[in-house]
Amino acid sequence: MKKLFLLSLMLVMPMFAQAGGGSNVHLDSIQTDATDHASLQRGMKTFVNYCLGCHTAQYQRYIRAAEDLHMPEDLVTEHLILSNQKVGSQMTNAMDPKLAAKWFGATPPDLTNEVNLRGADWVYTYLRSFYADDSRPYGVNNVVFPSVGMPNVLAELQGVQSKICAQVPKKDTHGVVMIDSLTGKALTAQSCDVLSVEAGTGSLSQAQFDAVSYDLTNFMSYMAKPYKTDSQRIGMWAILFTMLMTVVFYFLKKEFWRDVH
Amino acid sequence: MAVGNPNRAKADSGIIRWIDDRFPLTQMWQDHMSKYYAAKNFNVWYVFGVLSLLVLVNQILTGVWLTMSYEPTAEGAFASVEYIMRDVEMGWIIRYMHSSGASAFFVVVYLHMFRGLMYGSYQKPRELIWLFGMAIYLALMAEGFFGYLLPWGQMSYWGAQVILSLAGAIPIVGEDLVQWIRGDFLISGITLNRFFSLHVIALPIVILALVVLHILALHDVGSSNPDGIEIDQNKDENGVPVDGVAFWPYHVIKDLVAVGVFLTVFCLVIFFFPEGGGYFIEKPNYEPANSLKTPEHIAPVWYFTPYYSMLRAITFPLFGLDAKFLGVITMGGAIAILFVMPWLDRSPVKSMRYKGWLSKVWLAIFVVSFVILGYLGTVAATEGRTLVAQICTALYFGYFILMPFYTRMEATKPVPARVV
Repeated sequence: MKKLFLLSLMLVMPMFAQAGGGSNVHLDSIQTDATDHASLQRGMKTFVNYCLGCHTAQYQRYIRAAEDLHMPEDLVTEHLILSNQKVGSQMTNAMDPKLAAKWFGATPPDLTNEVNLRGADWVYTYLRSFYADDSRPYGVNNVVFPSVGMPNVLAELQGVQSKICAQVPKKDTHGVVMIDSLTGKALTAQSCDVLSVEAGTGSLSQAQFDAVSYDLTNFMSYMAKPYKTDSQRIGMWAILFTMLMTVVFYFLKKEFWRDVH
Repeated sequence: MAVGNPNRAKADSGIIRWIDDRFPLTQMWQDHMSKYYAAKNFNVWYVFGVLSLLVLVNQILTGVWLTMSYEPTAEGAFASVEYIMRDVEMGWIIRYMHSSGASAFFVVVYLHMFRGLMYGSYQKPRELIWLFGMAIYLALMAEGFFGYLLPWGQMSYWGAQVILSLAGAIPIVGEDLVQWIRGDFLISGITLNRFFSLHVIALPIVILALVVLHILALHDVGSSNPDGIEIDQNKDENGVPVDGVAFWPYHVIKDLVAVGVFLTVFCLVIFFFPEGGGYFIEKPNYEPANSLKTPEHIAPVWYFTPYYSMLRAITFPLFGLDAKFLGVITMGGAIAILFVMPWLDRSPVKSMRYKGWLSKVWLAIFVVSFVILGYLGTVAATEGRTLVAQICTALYFGYFILMPFYTRMEATKPVPARVV
């Protein structure tokens, strides 16, 4: 019967491995770090300066971020609250949702749960995937969110990115780079979907801009689950306790059942 | 002068005696704990009943605390869940205990039901225990369905939309029926209000009452065991079954080990994987319900997916009934047929240990089909997947419909007189 139990477990496991799903676009993978307070603070700075004008984070309070990211309240009030809001308020803006819907085609969504909704990899890739497209109202489109309604607000940092044609490494159906067996070099193919930033148009280098995008994603990831570090800390103790409890119960059971034959 | 009912077991003196003269405390303790004997050969499959009770208590307690901060309105529901998760002290633990608890409930209940199927726990004289248990399962599905609407996320809304529309497939009265259940022309705040009421009051009362009946019936006829032997047939000079041990303290202590293991796994989920990889809390549910925006892929929560697969597997009309209505009938039939289990099994033995190979093979086929159907219900339907779902649906029903034949035909092994 134990075998049967294991067998049923094994049959159920693939169900969980399939979880998530996703789009067909390749996403760049990042590892968010809820303990890197410097990165989270920089991310919050970018968020309030570039995102909060149009988007809200209506479930996140400034004061909670101040506590969680180890920032003094007065500094938060001075540098991160750009409106006349109090430090205890939620991160909202003054934009009228109805007017915004007129301007952008849709009201810019609240971003508190964006990472929960789409994942950190998606957000990180999205931020770096705007490209010039004259057919769109704001002159830009996005690879991971085609026909997106928003302009590339980070363009002054990143510069003007466009799609160009170039030789790229050829990949097989499994995504592995194909190698020419004679020369040992990677095979290449022509692609016209290569994103390239025009030199000198942005204030940051590509590596610097990637870092800004990472910090911003990291902050949004914190905001999606502000209790995550607490959860992991408490979780360790909780599991340690229940395991210890199990051991005690096990020996108690052995003791009680000693006279049962 | 004697006080109270003289036919009750009573304490000799003291406060307990005072109570015993007015309420059957000692008698109840003996009937259900210290003198309730259950077989000593219970294996790991026998812990899921106690674990179901534990999860039920968890759901009720966490539910009480969630209700303190939850707002059952279309305008405020989503925000109030976020408020619980972010602003209420320890609110996220309570909410995750409740949301993961719902999935845990179905995990332990499915394993508990499988135990029943495997060891013939539904057979005479335990038919009523099985029927009460099935009623609990039914009420639990309703409870899960109503509860899933409450966070008022996109999947809450559209999942409820899909399931409610099933009733619309019933000929003639369908559409009116759906409108009556919703209380509106579409799922709205009115629907949310009534689902909230049903979720926090009506169904919990029904479930608690059924659990009491389930346990009373069990304690009256006694628990079965992996050998399917009636331990009451073999008692010592004191009237104690020789193969049984008292529920208190023996089984209670033994169950505590299972409780410890369960809580460890449960903590692992609530603290580290509360979304269950998108199965316990689905990603689209992080977006508030929007009646104008249909999600790309709507899937019910995992514990409904086997039945959802059966619904989708019926792609053809038959006997003048359209495919969707047939699908609804199939789905309902899949649950209904479980109720008559005690009368489908004609085997002279209870336990799978002594049944023939046909019973074993069919049980395995049943489990595998159920799991495959469950998986298929979580993914988008394709032609190939629909065919697999159709085959699995046929096998699922085959297990039950053919049971009266194969259980009578097959050769069984002799059941020993004492538990092994």
